[in-house]
Amino acid sequence: MKVSITVNGKKQDGDVEPRTLLVHYIRESLGLTGTNVGCDTSSCGACTIHLDGEAVKSCTMLAVQADGSNVTTIEGLAKDGVMHPMQTAFMENHGLQCGYCTPGMVMAAIGLLNENPKPTEEQVRLGLEGNLCRCTGYHNIVKSVLAAASAK
Amino acid sequence: MTITENKPTNIIGTRLLRREDPPLLTGEAKFTNDLDIPGALHLSVLRSPYAHAKIKSINVAAALKIAGVVAIYTGKDLQTSWAAPMPCAWPVTTDMKNPAHYPLAIDKVCYVGDGVAAVLATNETASRDALDAIDVQYEPLKVVVDLEDSLSDKNIIHTELGTNKSYTWPLLVEETPGCVEDAFKKAKYKVKERYVQQRLIPMAMEPRAIAAVPQPFGGDITLYSSTQIPHILKVMTALTLGIAEHQVRVIAPSVGGGFGSKLDVYAEELLCMALARKHNAPVRWVEERSENTQATIQGRGQIQHVELAADENGKITAVRVRIIGDMGAYLQLVTPGVPILGAFLYAGVYDIPKAYDFSCTSVFTNLTPTDAYRGAGRPEATYAIEMAIEALARAMKIDSFELRKRNYIKKEQFPYTAFSGLTYDSGDHLLAAEKAAKMTDLAGVRAQQKKQNVPGATKLLGVGMSSYFEMCGLAPSRVLASLNYSAGGWEAATVRVLPTNKVQVITGTSPHGQGHETSWAMIAAEKLGVAPEDVDVLHSDTAISALGLDTYGSRSLPVGGVAIALACDKVIEKAKLIAAHQLECSADDLQFVNGTFAVKGSPDRALPLAAIAFGAFTAHNLPDGCEPNLEAQVSYDPPNFSWPFGTHMCVVEVDTETGAVKILKYIAVDDCGNQINPLIVEGQVHGGVVQGIAQALFEEAVYDSDGNLKTSTLAEYLVPAACDVPPITTGHTITPSPTNQLGVKGIGEAGTIGAAPTVMTAIIDALSSLGVTTMAMPASPQTVWKTINEATRGGKK
Repeated sequence: MKVSITVNGKKQDGDVEPRTLLVHYIRESLGLTGTNVGCDTSSCGACTIHLDGEAVKSCTMLAVQADGSNVTTIEGLAKDGVMHPMQTAFMENHGLQCGYCTPGMVMAAIGLLNENPKPTEEQVRLGLEGNLCRCTGYHNIVKSVLAAASAK
Repeated sequence: MTITENKPTNIIGTRLLRREDPPLLTGEAKFTNDLDIPGALHLSVLRSPYAHAKIKSINVAAALKIAGVVAIYTGKDLQTSWAAPMPCAWPVTTDMKNPAHYPLAIDKVCYVGDGVAAVLATNETASRDALDAIDVQYEPLKVVVDLEDSLSDKNIIHTELGTNKSYTWPLLVEETPGCVEDAFKKAKYKVKERYVQQRLIPMAMEPRAIAAVPQPFGGDITLYSSTQIPHILKVMTALTLGIAEHQVRVIAPSVGGGFGSKLDVYAEELLCMALARKHNAPVRWVEERSENTQATIQGRGQIQHVELAADENGKITAVRVRIIGDMGAYLQLVTPGVPILGAFLYAGVYDIPKAYDFSCTSVFTNLTPTDAYRGAGRPEATYAIEMAIEALARAMKIDSFELRKRNYIKKEQFPYTAFSGLTYDSGDHLLAAEKAAKMTDLAGVRAQQKKQNVPGATKLLGVGMSSYFEMCGLAPSRVLASLNYSAGGWEAATVRVLPTNKVQVITGTSPHGQGHETSWAMIAAEKLGVAPEDVDVLHSDTAISALGLDTYGSRSLPVGGVAIALACDKVIEKAKLIAAHQLECSADDLQFVNGTFAVKGSPDRALPLAAIAFGAFTAHNLPDGCEPNLEAQVSYDPPNFSWPFGTHMCVVEVDTETGAVKILKYIAVDDCGNQINPLIVEGQVHGGVVQGIAQALFEEAVYDSDGNLKTSTLAEYLVPAACDVPPITTGHTITPSPTNQLGVKGIGEAGTIGAAPTVMTAIIDALSSLGVTTMAMPASPQTVWKTINEATRGGKK
């Protein structure tokens, strides 16, 4: 099936098997491998991207469902070689270790602040419920998101 | 303690941000499954749905017709592809039973997830589709899932062995024969406890991924794998496949966490390599999460019987431990050694006489093989002794902290020769514990507890603690030899100063989240007087880092980091000879400060390292007999394990009506000696603590009586999310290790070791007024509620 999706500002036309998940389309057809796959039950959130400005797990939808949409992946955040403030906040607060959950976590965190620019610590923890990390114990992830919020 | 003989440039000990982060934060980093490998065939593995069954027939005809399917192999088809069964590197006893274990099962399957057939296809979708079209006829056999049932040998899994028992490993240390028994006879207080260490799934966020790329005309093969152990993998895959070792190159690209689960030689690595060679084409495989829970090793899985004898003051006089270890269906790389790693720690941080009687019997079950999971044997041991200390305090009706204080090895006793003969190099348990108590506001919490935990209250407050020793920095090779481990415990490093004064550090450690690139650059920068950004750290590719023993057991810094410091010393030594030659002075008259050699007393006569590096490169003016270039290689075998320690405390509130446990405060005071980068140290503690909390409250690989895993996805296996865990307050004491020049000890596993007993002792403390003295892990709301009910209503267990 034909799909046309604007990814990181660039219109991409493709031909996919109807059962292709959006995450597989992004990784395999577009070669944007920053978006990771960590589970098969939509539990881990490693594949979180932005679809028309909203954080979604790209394994929960088919590529064809994103036809005509605007997608931002982790590769689309940095501008002119400068990282997005959320990426900088993660670096400054040691909010990542192995980095596998990180692209999804960063996309989810940006989505969280879009909805609630000044969250409390508890709201950050609840807001990131759908994204699992096995390395950091979340402490520095929460700190990163709060730092990004207060820098805004 | 000084870091070097020279003035430090103050890089070590700073919170330098990680150089690893930008590529990981922007999607630029490449994990194994991100690699673009043109022409690769995709491997999928058909897995057994039975825990124990004979394979009667396998029909692949229909599957072969699927478009894109290239070939399908059964275990029998590949039987001649293996020069040896899959390796187990730790035959803990000479009579250990080790069933032959091949990448695909040959005539019977022994756990749900055991590989039965391998499909190669031109794309991943076709290879997975083909799995459904393969028809396997099984004859189910009786299944063994319970450890005590396995021990009875009623149903034997590997009939050729004649028993389910793999080994019994005893450690009896007695000052005089029979003194353990005597101590128990004479004891004023005795406790006898039974604990179950549930099976845990390591659940690194990156599932395993592999690509084997052959060079059809050269005979060489490159294995890309999401592994913690590229060096060990190189040797082991060469031996198992019967390939010359120098023809194998192993690369671990970015690796998304390991926690021990990627410290192994896996069937899929061998399948990819064997089939890549057969087909003269790259072969790749990526694990699905629900496959990971069955086909990647699990951790823990022990039943522990622990007895303590104590005198009238609560001074421990003897320890007796009996363990049943769950090996799972087969022995993986270090499976049998895991309980043994804990054997030396069942006396914890306490001063006990030579009256220690330990024995571990390990058995096979029809479950996924176990192996090292963060802490590997040491969290289990620490849990047992710390829970038993609590039981002893209850028996004596005294405060458990007070009991610990009476038994701690005292600061002035270090270096302390333990009952086992091992030397604990340094420690100050009381200092760490008192710091934790202060940070917890223990007195305040106890006062609040008195007010809150009144009869009829439904929200009960509890305080828990555990003090631990971690035996890590694996390991002195001679000690490993005495434990029958098949390899050494050294680590290698090369330090090279390039002509432009940039530095290359090549390490045998293989990071997967620990930030080695940043920390190792800091060590070299400090030693050589250069900026950390001028140091490049190369690793995880056996063609670049030829020697190494990789990353596990909190060994990377105390062994690999120290090797780098020693290699820097050798570089400085050589540079000093060149400097002396060029400055026309004696090397003894030179001092090396902040990257410059200067004649003592005449600071104007000086040469910076940069000039010497360039001079070593041009080789125009070197002393006689001095080789060109400025580089040095070191293989460092540590003289002792390293012994990080600490005390963790936490405050919980237990809702007696719902069984819910809420951690209100978690305090971790860890002493890992000198800290290279406190930012990274804290991160390791946070993550470790949450994995320990997860064992205490959430996680368990649950099997039914037929050996089916009921928690095979992340929807069922409860890896905690941010909202499930508390913030972690970290503190530290610093007792430098006297056995290495950096004074470092390792921090990778400490959090996990300390956390589970801390949380569990807190829950029991909260419920003590209801008569609760025991609680199974994970302490889920259901378990807590049932335990309260049994205690208060005398309900049956």
